[in-house]
Amino acid sequence: MSAALLIDILLWGSVFGVGLIAFRRGPPVFRASLREGTMDFINIVPRIALGVIGSGYIAAIIPQEVISGWLGPDSGWLGVAAAVVAGAATPGGPVIGFSIGTVALKSGGGVPQVVAYVVAWALFAFQRVILWEIPFMPARFVWFRCAVSVPFPFVAAAIAMVIGKP
Amino acid sequence: MGIPSGRSCPLSEPPSKSSVPTEDADSEPRPGRARKPIGWSTIIIAALVAVSVALVWRRDGTDGVLDILTHDLSLFGGILPRVLAGCLLGAFISEILPHEKVSRSLGPSSGLMGLLIGTAFGAILPGGPFTAYPVASALLAVGADFGATIAMVVSWTLIGYGRAVAWEIPIMGTDFTLWRIVISLPLPVLAGALGRFVYVRLYPKPPAKDDEN
Repeated sequence: MSAALLIDILLWGSVFGVGLIAFRRGPPVFRASLREGTMDFINIVPRIALGVIGSGYIAAIIPQEVISGWLGPDSGWLGVAAAVVAGAATPGGPVIGFSIGTVALKSGGGVPQVVAYVVAWALFAFQRVILWEIPFMPARFVWFRCAVSVPFPFVAAAIAMVIGKP
Repeated sequence: MGIPSGRSCPLSEPPSKSSVPTEDADSEPRPGRARKPIGWSTIIIAALVAVSVALVWRRDGTDGVLDILTHDLSLFGGILPRVLAGCLLGAFISEILPHEKVSRSLGPSSGLMGLLIGTAFGAILPGGPFTAYPVASALLAVGADFGATIAMVVSWTLIGYGRAVAWEIPIMGTDFTLWRIVISLPLPVLAGALGRFVYVRLYPKPPAKDDEN
C-alpha cells in the first residue's frame, strides 16, 4: 500500500512540477496543455477500459501453468527461445511474471533462460503492450518497437552465458 | 520559445496543423498530438477479447464472466487517476520542452548521444507505465525519433528503478535483480541503434531536410 502511495506522490508531484513550469510560461500555455492532457485522457479511457477488462479475460484462458511449463530446465538456445515466447505470453502483472521466474530458478531452470524470460517479459509481455503501450503510443511505433526488441532477450541470455551466474 | 518561424528548424516532422507564427506565437498552443481513430490494433484486440470472453463463458459460465468483469472494473477504477496524471504529465512536458532542442538532442541525427540521453531519461523517469508511455508519446510528438524513443522505453522497462524496487527485488532477490540490470545496461542503446538502422531502411524518404546519412 505504501509503495502505491509513494508512486502516487511522485507522480502527482511531477505533474505539479511540470505544471508549474508551464504556468510560469503564461496561463494560456498552462490552460492549453491542461486541455490537451484532459482530451488525451478522455480519448484514452475507452482503450484503457478495453485493455484492462480485455486482458483479464485473455489472462483467464492462458493459465499460469502453461507458461511455467515452457520454462523447464531445458538449457541451450531452444530453452532460451521457449523462455522468450513464455515471457511474451505471460498474463498478469509483475507479481506473476517475477514469481514464474523465481519458481523456474528454484526448480532447476537455467539462469540464461530465466534472464531471457524476465527480459522478454519486460520488453513485450502482451498484457502491457495491449493495456498500456498501444493506447498511449502510435500503433506503428509500438509494433516497430516490439519487432526491434525481439533480438534482445537472446542478447541478454548470451551475456548471461558469458559472464556467468549472479 | 514558441513555434520557430524564420530559421530552418530541424524538425523531424512538420507540425500537423498549420499554426501561423504571429507575435502571439508564445501563447499559441502547440499543435496537438494527432488523436488516433480506432485503428487495426484496437480492432484486433477487441476481437481477441471477444473470443476470450466467449471461451471463459463456455468454461465457467456467466458467473465466471461476471467475476472477471467486477475484478477488472475495480482495477480500472484504481488505475484511472494515474492515467489522468500520466496524460497531464505528457501534455505539460510536450508543451514546455522546446521542439528545436528536443529534435537536436533526440532527433534522427542525434547520434549515440541521443540514444544515451533517451536511455538516461528512461532510467530516471518516475512512475509506471501510466507515465512512461504518455511521456514517450510526448517526446515523439516534439521531435524525438523512433530510435531515441525506443531507447527510452526499453531503458524504462529494463533498467528503470521503479519496477525493480517495487517488484523485482522483493520477489527475485537483490542479487539476481542487480545482476540482471547490469546485463541489461547495453540493451537500450543497442535497441535504439537497431531501431534507427531499420527505420532508415524501412522508410527511406527522409521527412526532413537533414538527410546527410
